[in-house]
Amino acid sequence: MIEIFNISKSFGQKQVLYDISGKFEKGKPNLIIGASGTGKSVLLKCIVELIRPDEGKVFFDNRNFTDASRQEKIEIRREIGMLFQGGALFDSKTVEDNVRFPLDMLANMPRDEKQDRVNLVLNRVGLQGANKKMPSELSGGMRKRVGIARAIVNNPKYLFCDEPNSGLDPQTSIVIDELIRDLTTDYDTTTIVVTHDMNSVMGIGERIMFLHQGRKLWEGSKDDITHSGVKELDDFVFANKVMMAMKEKGQF
Amino acid sequence: MKEIGRYFIFLGNLLTNRESFKTHYKLVVDECILIGIDSIFLFILVSSFMGAVSTVQTAFNLVAPYIPKYVISQVVREMTVLELAPTVMAIIFAGKVGSSMAGNLGTMRITEQIDALEVMGINSINYLVLPKIIASLLMYPMLVVLSGACALLGGYIVGNVTGILSPDEYIYGIRYMFNPFTVTFALIKSFVFAFLVSSISSYKGYYTHGGALEVGISSTKAVTTSVIAILLADYLLAQLLLSPA
Ligand SMILES: Nc1ncnc2c1ncn2[C@@H]1O[C@H](COP(=O)(O)OP(=O)(O)OP(=O)(O)O)[C@@H](O)[C@H]1O
Ligand SMILES: [Mg+2]
Repeated sequence: MIEIFNISKSFGQKQVLYDISGKFEKGKPNLIIGASGTGKSVLLKCIVELIRPDEGKVFFDNRNFTDASRQEKIEIRREIGMLFQGGALFDSKTVEDNVRFPLDMLANMPRDEKQDRVNLVLNRVGLQGANKKMPSELSGGMRKRVGIARAIVNNPKYLFCDEPNSGLDPQTSIVIDELIRDLTTDYDTTTIVVTHDMNSVMGIGERIMFLHQGRKLWEGSKDDITHSGVKELDDFVFANKVMMAMKEKGQF
Repeated sequence: MKEIGRYFIFLGNLLTNRESFKTHYKLVVDECILIGIDSIFLFILVSSFMGAVSTVQTAFNLVAPYIPKYVISQVVREMTVLELAPTVMAIIFAGKVGSSMAGNLGTMRITEQIDALEVMGINSINYLVLPKIIASLLMYPMLVVLSGACALLGGYIVGNVTGILSPDEYIYGIRYMFNPFTVTFALIKSFVFAFLVSSISSYKGYYTHGGALEVGISSTKAVTTSVIAILLADYLLAQLLLSPA
């Protein structure tokens, strides 16, 4: 479980996050949704302190991360797997070396076992056989999937995914969403997924936080999202043609 | 001023939360190979020509008939060992290796690769930058020795081919009144310059913000700042080590 309290962040004159608090539970994916540029990625980075928030505190399972010592922070970070919006693959390493990297650096296991683990996760993201490719030879969606494989290879306690399925076709998107959900339930991880894909929201959105221009305007589950009464959220949800069509048919 | 403070904090971070020796060993070897491939050809080319040109120009300037010809190669030797090989080559090192270090780290920064390391609990400065600095400290002095040799060889060939002075005279001049301390001094300089170029370039690359355009700017700044630091350090070292005590 991750809790955040009153997170605010400005870049120079421009305030990006306003006083955001919330709780992300274990075992089910927690979604952060919102339009482009509302500060979703910045919030995610504030939680792991890749960007230091101006104000606010973050707790990982009741461990105060914000005020932790450098060593304690490293301990907590070693339990984190993170997928970055652009993949952030090490472009001098092959796919396989990228995925194995967290194991090489952090885990203490024999070579064969590492290799099995790498092949297993590459399989799960549907990239079996791409082991020896370089990141520059991959499509955008493949890079994303390698990024996911790298994020989950070390069985993280906390999993962060910044737009895991942007750039993927709808079918692969669903596969990836379900993969994230299954990992979350199987290993009881605390998972935070940033997305603006309504498909994902309706698929795995049991807990959703909606951001709009740096403010948290709503939280709830997919069952309530269509009748939240929040105008900005309605605008966001019904920008999707399928959702709109269903609304017109009176399905909500 | 703030920049200098940040640079020293950056250097301080090099040695905290170190990765294992084994990890670093591999990274250092990789960096050494990169530096070698990046610069060896250019170093040989530039230093051979500099040796040749210095020989021709020194001969041109020493017109008085009572000055023995071996003085030419003696002058070439002094110039090469004291300044051409360690300092001028450092500027080329900054242009070639420094800019590529900054570009490499800058790209890793803007594509979030540095963030990815940090979020795994890895000290990215230690992991990425320390190997570059160690590799530079190992490689640059060797490159300086190599380019010194190439310069003297360049002078030898030109002197011989154009008939400015005979091979015997050239060799005699090279050995005449040789002070081994000048070589020590050149090596001290090359360690200092290697450290300055690699640490400043890494610093500039590591703190890139923005996009591809800024990576280019960081590379350019890495070169200019390194060159200024080289020239300042060159002057200070000459004052410290060469002025008669
Ligand atoms: N390092 C930074 N320096 C200055 N401004 C920044 C920085 N990072 C983000 N911003 C600004 O913060 C705002 C929020 O950016 P963020 O990347 O969090 O958006 P997002 O919600 O993730 O959007 P998207 O869905 O397009 O990824 C943007 O206006 C962006 O310009
Ligand atoms: Mg984003």
